[in-house]
Amino acid sequence: MRFFLALAAAFALAGAARAQLSIEITQPGVQRIPIAIVPMAGEGALAPAISSIVRADLERSGLFRTLEVPQLVPQPTEASSVNYAEWRARLADALVLGSVAGRPDGRFEVRFKLFDTVKGSDLSGVAFTLSRDQARATAHRVADYVYEKLTGERGVFSTRIAYVVKRGPRYELQIADADGAGEETALASFEPIISPSWSPDGRRLAYVSFENKKPVVYVHSLLDGKRQVAANFKGSNSAPAWAPDGSRLAVSLSRDGGTNIYLVNPDGSNLRRLTNTNGIDTEPAFSPDGQTIYFTSDRGGSPQIYRMAASGGEAQRVTFEGSYNVSPRISPDGRNLAFIRRNGARFQAAVLDLATRQVQILTDSDRDESPSFAPNGRMILLATVTGGRGVLSAVSPDGRVKQRLTLSAGDVREPAWGPFLK
Amino acid sequence: MRSLILALSVLGLAACASSPTDEQSPAGVEERKPGQPGATAQPVKPGQVARVDLTAKPSATSPLKDPGSILSRRSIFYEFDKYDVKDEYRQLVEAHAKYLRENPGTKMLIQGNTDERGSREYNIGLGQRRSEGVKRMLLLLGAKEEQIESVSLGEEKPRAEGHDESAWSQNRRSDILYQGEY
Repeated sequence: MRFFLALAAAFALAGAARAQLSIEITQPGVQRIPIAIVPMAGEGALAPAISSIVRADLERSGLFRTLEVPQLVPQPTEASSVNYAEWRARLADALVLGSVAGRPDGRFEVRFKLFDTVKGSDLSGVAFTLSRDQARATAHRVADYVYEKLTGERGVFSTRIAYVVKRGPRYELQIADADGAGEETALASFEPIISPSWSPDGRRLAYVSFENKKPVVYVHSLLDGKRQVAANFKGSNSAPAWAPDGSRLAVSLSRDGGTNIYLVNPDGSNLRRLTNTNGIDTEPAFSPDGQTIYFTSDRGGSPQIYRMAASGGEAQRVTFEGSYNVSPRISPDGRNLAFIRRNGARFQAAVLDLATRQVQILTDSDRDESPSFAPNGRMILLATVTGGRGVLSAVSPDGRVKQRLTLSAGDVREPAWGPFLK
Repeated sequence: MRSLILALSVLGLAACASSPTDEQSPAGVEERKPGQPGATAQPVKPGQVARVDLTAKPSATSPLKDPGSILSRRSIFYEFDKYDVKDEYRQLVEAHAKYLRENPGTKMLIQGNTDERGSREYNIGLGQRRSEGVKRMLLLLGAKEEQIESVSLGEEKPRAEGHDESAWSQNRRSDILYQGEY
């Protein structure tokens, strides 16, 4: 079991204002698994309490309904024998029991087990050894385990998100847990920062910074804060997107006139041009298999989404309805395209099913921007402007589950959901 | 950490200001061992040092700063979804083209801007189209390619912060900056 928290602490900027994101579920899912997460014996030794984080994670996914559990005496642990009928009577389909124990070396051991109360079976569990500051990360691991056992899909509770906060004249590129907690500032600047894009290994971010009075693409190593210029050609350099193998970036550059899409290695070498327009080709996004690049182009007279081979060549138009369809992002399974559609004066997140060509508008917002899929494809993170202030929201690709993430101060924008931890 | 980032931005700025060429500016984080790259070159002799002054600003007496001169006017505004330079700005662009012709060593940065509506990245493209339109006009009027860089700030640097047409019309613009001003 490896943890990245210690590393993360190393790049927190001293003196950065702490203002945690809080997440509010604005619309839960329809069919949710009722689950009882019993407070773990001895968990008071750690803050925050493991069971409360697990409960919040599972609730937030929209796929679970966590049940109130009365004070049980004696407090059960993962080793207790379970009276399944009793838990069925409490309407729990699943049950999590566990314990936290201090070790002689000052570290802690968290053990837990998951039970299927309907089948009356033990779905096994895990033991983690952790230091005091890893309680939150461990709880996310427990939630990921439970989520995967009960849904058959990987959980994303241990993943991280990046976003930009504007506070007065300051722009901060921040990294936080997927629940908005534990945020750290990777870059602070007096000039705008946009379009953060996670490297597939989750160790680097590519983004556009305006610190040189023009847009320049940087690749930023989160562990040591080292920054490399990936694209700083004459004109504008923007819209970085990593190839799924991490070997190169697609970027849009104006160096040869118009705005065109190019490939470049993360260190700025090996530039190759992919499109040839006098207009605007931008917002490239690789398909998960790396074979196709989706992008926004005004070649047909209005901005629409197109796709082409990742080696360039002829492009096919993908969106047809509406006069403004931009910001394409492909779901991890390659089946859905999330994008932003202008609908009258409103800009709304939408999903196109690539097989059936069906489009569904996902929100009733006025101004959605920058969609980004969770690595398991279950939620889409968005920037939304409400009341003149930027907030983050998340919506499931079927529009059923909705969450709002609110920062206590400042204007939040440009979210990007990071990859699974290896 | 913070000082590292500051130092890097200063490096980056210097690289940009001194060589807005067609080639990639070097990565700001490279470390070079002293003596390595120039080991075979001859050392510079007295009187051979070329001065590069990034601190030079147009003097107060420069027509660029004289409020009575048309050259002090630096902004071109656009209609919604438009990129063409309106006739009312023709005189302004001609004056700047003349200044560039008469001062061939002078360099200019044109920053294109958009209002806040729509995708941030697509707006980078729209702002670029605006700044390139101004650049093309200046080139037709005799300025040289190597004097001008056209870039886009998209919707990121609004002049007016409001969320209505009166703010948006201030933000759909190209700004002309001369070397030393950026």
